[in-house]
Amino acid sequence: MCLGIPGKIVETWEKDGLKMGRVDFGGVTREVCLAYVPEAEVDDYAIIHVGFAINLLDEEEARSTLEMLHELGEVESELGLESASSP
Amino acid sequence: MSRSHHRKPAETGSGGGENHASIDETHTGGPELSCPMPLSHREGIVLGHGSGGKLTAELIERIFYPALENPLLLRGDDAAVAELPAELTGGGRLALSTDAHIVRPLVFPGGDIGRLAVCGTVNDLAMVGARPLWLTASFVLEEGLETEVLQQIVASMQTAAAEAGITVVAGDTKVAEKGLADGLYISTTGIGVVPAGRETGGAGARPGDAVLVSGTLGDHGIAVLAARGELAFETAIVSDVAPLNGLVEALYETGAEVHTLRDPTRGGAAAALNEIARQSGVAIVLEEGSLPIRPAVAGACEMLGFDPLHVANEGKLIAIVPASDAERILDAMRAHPHGTEARLIGRVEAEPAARVLLQTGIGGTRIVDMPTGELLPRIC
Amino acid sequence: MKYLDEYRDGDLVRRVLAEIEVAVTRPWTLMEICGGQTHSIVRSGLDRLLPDEITLVHGPGCPVCITPLEKIDRALAIACRKDVIFTSYGDMLRVPGSRSDLFSVRAAGGDVRVVYSPLDALTIARDNPDKEVVFFAIGFETTAPPNAMAVLQADRLGLENFSVIVSHAAVPPAIRAILSWPENLVQGFLAAGHVCAVMGYWEYEPLAAEFGIPIVVTGFEPLDLVRGIAAAVHQLEAGRTEVENAYGRAVSREGNRSAQDLIARVFEPCDRTWRGIGAIAQSGLTLRSELARFDAETRFDVGEIETAESDICIAGEILQGRKKPVDCPAFGTECTPENPLGATMVSSEGACAAYYKYGRE
Repeated sequence: MCLGIPGKIVETWEKDGLKMGRVDFGGVTREVCLAYVPEAEVDDYAIIHVGFAINLLDEEEARSTLEMLHELGEVESELGLESASSP
Repeated sequence: MSRSHHRKPAETGSGGGENHASIDETHTGGPELSCPMPLSHREGIVLGHGSGGKLTAELIERIFYPALENPLLLRGDDAAVAELPAELTGGGRLALSTDAHIVRPLVFPGGDIGRLAVCGTVNDLAMVGARPLWLTASFVLEEGLETEVLQQIVASMQTAAAEAGITVVAGDTKVAEKGLADGLYISTTGIGVVPAGRETGGAGARPGDAVLVSGTLGDHGIAVLAARGELAFETAIVSDVAPLNGLVEALYETGAEVHTLRDPTRGGAAAALNEIARQSGVAIVLEEGSLPIRPAVAGACEMLGFDPLHVANEGKLIAIVPASDAERILDAMRAHPHGTEARLIGRVEAEPAARVLLQTGIGGTRIVDMPTGELLPRIC
Repeated sequence: MKYLDEYRDGDLVRRVLAEIEVAVTRPWTLMEICGGQTHSIVRSGLDRLLPDEITLVHGPGCPVCITPLEKIDRALAIACRKDVIFTSYGDMLRVPGSRSDLFSVRAAGGDVRVVYSPLDALTIARDNPDKEVVFFAIGFETTAPPNAMAVLQADRLGLENFSVIVSHAAVPPAIRAILSWPENLVQGFLAAGHVCAVMGYWEYEPLAAEFGIPIVVTGFEPLDLVRGIAAAVHQLEAGRTEVENAYGRAVSREGNRSAQDLIARVFEPCDRTWRGIGAIAQSGLTLRSELARFDAETRFDVGEIETAESDICIAGEILQGRKKPVDCPAFGTECTPENPLGATMVSSEGACAAYYKYGRE
């Protein structure tokens, strides 16, 4: 029920009493309603669902989680732990 | 295949009580209902029948083929290849193809309906190995169309024709009343000649063959969708509409065997590959990581929930060739202006027959199905 | 695409799969709530890469699939009206009503338009003051804030020619209903990541405690899904029954407060029927009385609706997670996306459609 895609806010303005923005999805841009992320600023990333930002993306959390996952892999290979063979 | 005999009346929800009227009979208050509900799901034509996917295929199988049945037609390739009667002309093979072109808007980034019409038919001929020679074009103009627009489009047709090295030798024009024809419909018929020795067709794919594509997928469909404005997104993507006969000649010049060529137009690469898999009775296995897709096209597809394999192209071809010839063909494509981003995207296997599979980036496998009908954005 | 491609990294996914394989000691049955998650799982082939001990059951998180047939029939009747421009998310176009669908209405001359955003429907209303614009407002909690904003804006801007057909559902009551069934086999849930981005996950804590099951907030990309599954498996193996967040980049415990506030300004909870499942108390949303004039079902009287469900469609059992699409005798034969007997086959994230499109064999 939730096609939500991360996009980068590249512009913000107000229209009809609502905070709006232009969001870039890697080369495609669209007008998006930012009413639900009032603290959003240009260069922030947000999750966009049906033309609305439903939350800002926590880039720090994303970075540290991915880093942790990559590191785990290094630890495993250092310890000589085998990955399970894929089916 | 009506659903009606599977239905039984069920309890209504909060309405309760008895229900006497069906929807067709409801005329309470307000302006009258103007559109009677068809009884069966598919007794009439819907837009999806023109999308190049399963509905189109069904329509062809159910209505056109049975009525018009003949071996040349039933082969089902992009163009028909006919032997000239030897006693009349000395032999040789003619290729014939026809297309109708409906597109909104008439002019879009990268092209217009005129360029689309010429390239579409030139490419259909090229896909059976023919050298396109002549096109005819018939126009249905909507009353009120600006002559300036028509001039622009016809000029564009000439530019495309010159690029392809062909001429438009016959034509016709009709005018439809205001409200019909979306501004302009163009129908083109093309004739070409298939040089001796070329046996290229949808039934030619063999297990072990390499599957190649001449460039990025989905550009045309996304460019046109953006230009239509209904989904209100912007992008710098332009349509890839281009004549491919020059590229095809370059492929044959390598001396390689070219088993199958197809241009993945409406319905995208998924439709074209499924058709080939079915015609040849083979499996086509694609590799997700190898599919060439521009980031902006990928972005638009993600945002709208589209599969790039279902999005139309108008200047790309799929080539199926013996694996040993793949490198040679790729080099030849990349040396040509319309093939600079050519890639190896998959291979042909014997099983499962008539299926297209995708090996996903995470090591899984899934089927690449024929798209059903229209491409619709989704929220889920 | 940034923050998307990284979560499709095959190496990382395989690493987490290996972790699951090592951790699992016996069979476990998990349910992913959201149809979008089902779609992503089947599309990436992830379900076939999991160890055999893990069974994934597909939940009823498909707002299209659960919209009651009567409401669809009413929507179709409204769409047929000459004075109406009917706007909808693309997902609803092909869903079969008792006798027709929005495609067929359009083919017969109805003005049916697909919109990407509910605000686009508002724009259509402003551009067409002589027509009534009706918007089919479906969705779970993720889509409630956008749909709510459309109504609120219509109110603020004095757009009297705009109205909505509301068919909203909430996840926690559905989880409660599923866990309360005597035949329930689900031992852990992957909660819907974007629903939780809006609502947070505090609502799930009483459920986890009461029913003694782990609930893991999970995203949609293969890496997110496999991490959610891994977290659930770890909990099950250890006998823990907590609510855990495996989608931290988008979800916080309290969720998006401004979105929640706006939902409450426009909607209030109500009982609703889930097509194929039945009535679930307080699982729906309806317009608050002060905004009731925007309810299209009241504004347009389309009379009595006689519904007719297919008698061989088992969408209900599939939505409940009791059966898989391949268990249905009509799957792929009488029932295909081109000729669907029920909504789970035609919705882009219905389980039947996902199986048909991606994994028929």
